[in-house]
Amino acid sequence: MLNRTADNVARATPEPLAKKIRGISDKGLAWLFISPTILLLLAINIFPLFWAIYLSFTNYRANRPNEVVKNLGLANYQRILGDHDIWIAMQTTAHFVFWTILLQTVIGFTLAWLIDRKFRGHAFWTTIILVPMMLSPAVVGNFWRFLYEPQIGLFSYVISFVTGIPPTNVQMLSSVELAPWAIIIVDTWMWTPYVMLICLAGLRSIPEYIYEAAEVDRASNWRQFWSITLPMALPFIMLAVLFRGIENFKMFDMVNLLTGGGPGSTTEVASITLKRQAFESWRTGYSSAFAIILFVAVFGLANIYVKALNKVKQR
Amino acid sequence: MKSTLKLALGLASAMFASTAVSNVAHAEDLTLCWAAWDPANALVELSKDFTKETGIGMKFEFVPWTNYADRFLNELNSHGKLCDLIIGDSQWIGGAAENGHYVKLNDFFDKEKISMDDFVPATVVGYSEWPKNTPNYWALPAMGDVVGWTYRKDWFSRPELQKEFKEKYGWDLAAPTTFDQLKQIAEFFQKRQIDGKTVYGASIYTERGSEGITMGAMDVLYSYGFQYENPKKPYEMEGFVNSEKSVKGLEFYKALYDCCTPPGSSNAYMGEGVDAFKSGQVAMHMNFAFTWPGLQKDENVGGDKIGYFVNPKGPDGDQFAQLGGQGISVVSYSDKQESALKYIKWFANKDVQAKWWSLGGYSCLNSVVKDPKFPSSQPYAQAFLDSMAIVKDFWAEPSYAPLLQASQKRFHDYVVAGQGSAKDALDGLVKDWTQVFQDDGKM
Repeated sequence: MLNRTADNVARATPEPLAKKIRGISDKGLAWLFISPTILLLLAINIFPLFWAIYLSFTNYRANRPNEVVKNLGLANYQRILGDHDIWIAMQTTAHFVFWTILLQTVIGFTLAWLIDRKFRGHAFWTTIILVPMMLSPAVVGNFWRFLYEPQIGLFSYVISFVTGIPPTNVQMLSSVELAPWAIIIVDTWMWTPYVMLICLAGLRSIPEYIYEAAEVDRASNWRQFWSITLPMALPFIMLAVLFRGIENFKMFDMVNLLTGGGPGSTTEVASITLKRQAFESWRTGYSSAFAIILFVAVFGLANIYVKALNKVKQR
Repeated sequence: MKSTLKLALGLASAMFASTAVSNVAHAEDLTLCWAAWDPANALVELSKDFTKETGIGMKFEFVPWTNYADRFLNELNSHGKLCDLIIGDSQWIGGAAENGHYVKLNDFFDKEKISMDDFVPATVVGYSEWPKNTPNYWALPAMGDVVGWTYRKDWFSRPELQKEFKEKYGWDLAAPTTFDQLKQIAEFFQKRQIDGKTVYGASIYTERGSEGITMGAMDVLYSYGFQYENPKKPYEMEGFVNSEKSVKGLEFYKALYDCCTPPGSSNAYMGEGVDAFKSGQVAMHMNFAFTWPGLQKDENVGGDKIGYFVNPKGPDGDQFAQLGGQGISVVSYSDKQESALKYIKWFANKDVQAKWWSLGGYSCLNSVVKDPKFPSSQPYAQAFLDSMAIVKDFWAEPSYAPLLQASQKRFHDYVVAGQGSAKDALDGLVKDWTQVFQDDGKM
């Protein structure tokens, strides 16, 4: 029945078109199938990238469509690299990336190691631990804002209960000293499960016979951990660090929801500065140059890191 | 069977035709864009009369304040056709006029005999004119607004508090007339127990993301002697923006923030202020007048419990207030400009403006606000009138956005984060603003 329908369709196809389709090579067919994706990628990824590179050399402003666009050469780049506020934003970003990665890796790996013990109910606890990661950053940002609220927030009351400091004095989001840590805590709470999951995959990929051989050689648990577990899980840990590093370098939503970059500019990470320049101050050329600098920085660092990762894997 | 088929076809055709007719009717609908807030609801109610009179339907696109500028400036910059009418912020007027986003209304006003002399002068300058103080009109003053203060009249009138206050400060506890008095009252109430609850002095603007802290700080700075530029030499800011008086004003704002605001007030704007006042946390509350009708009706803090006062005087007796509010404009990319102009004509009508005020909107028409019955029409009417007489506004230049971003950063860094001194903040502001005007080729 199906064959008959196909035959009917083939017969109904006009001859010139049928000839064209029948005459298409395998390579041609492959191109035919992937060309929509390539065109889409070119339109939404590659073209905007080149367009942003072009704009970064101009004084273009998206809110002044009638203004003459002047070529500024490298002036935007010079201005950014000489801008004190930009360097402060980069330092804030580096501080945020460093501490979140450190905490997430240490806690994530520890949790993975514990879960890997396969104790009673470990599957249930794995699911519970994964819950924060499944939430939307917008939801997480909003409810942590309430948790941090000094007058009604649960977090302030817990701190107050433990330390005896009045809850109204625990101003996590208003204090210059505490606000960066408030964001680091939330990001760690949300994304540690992700690191844990990757580390768990690494730990489960270590063949059991290696541990058995180590047992035969009377290696202590400590020795097994340092000589087997950690080296063999290292590529996975490094992969998790890479993913979280790239994600946190461009962190925007959580910071925007929790502090908006404040108090003052204390938590103004690079992506917040970029958004302000691009869509609030409308300095499109300038912000394009900043975006390109950030892109090159992330791309360069990621490349160096991937090379290191490959070396570790080859060992 | 045939007849059933005919019936089905007939019904389908009728349905198609009715849909088409309704689509034709909807095609004439006007879309009005504004912020999502109480006055917008009043405007929806008011606009039903316009639809009744003209048959033109009204649709509304309201966006929360925090996204209002981003959303609609993007729409205008991309020459979008979403909005036929827009109630745009006062500071947008320069950019919207110079970039051709708004239809110039001079000829229309002349033809329809709509005179700008019939409107409160400050609102005409603030919402309609570009360049400022020239008869070039791009909007009809739609919603008068100004920063003022509310206070807990019920707390202020408690005999035991009055007695204690008088003993401490030597004057009667009442709505303040100077900023020094305001700070004393705020200090008096800070962390005081009232009805078993800890209360605080004042809620002020500290928001970082959009325009909050600039509106709040400027509201104080004007009365301390801040000026945007040399009145004799435009764009000359050195010695005006960062004058000694301005420095004192900014120091005062920081002192008020440090001593007398509720905990966690580092990012507060209109909504947070209303929440603080409504929940009985603060004795005084800085906010735009549009919040007053809602607070007056509030069961817990409204009615007899609330009082209103004009922005207090500075140390030299100067008294100004930050202008808010907006004008209504016809978007030049709209295909329905004729209908949109009909709406403007209807909205400018005296009776419509009177109803606008009665519904909770703030009319800018002289015949409404100068009516002898106006001051007693609402408990806050007199404070609104007095405030509108002393307004000043932020830059309305086409580059208002980078100018605003600079002040947001400088003020927040100093007032909330405590970085540097007031002098540093204002010197930095002069530097930033100079850069913006140099980029614009104006300096």
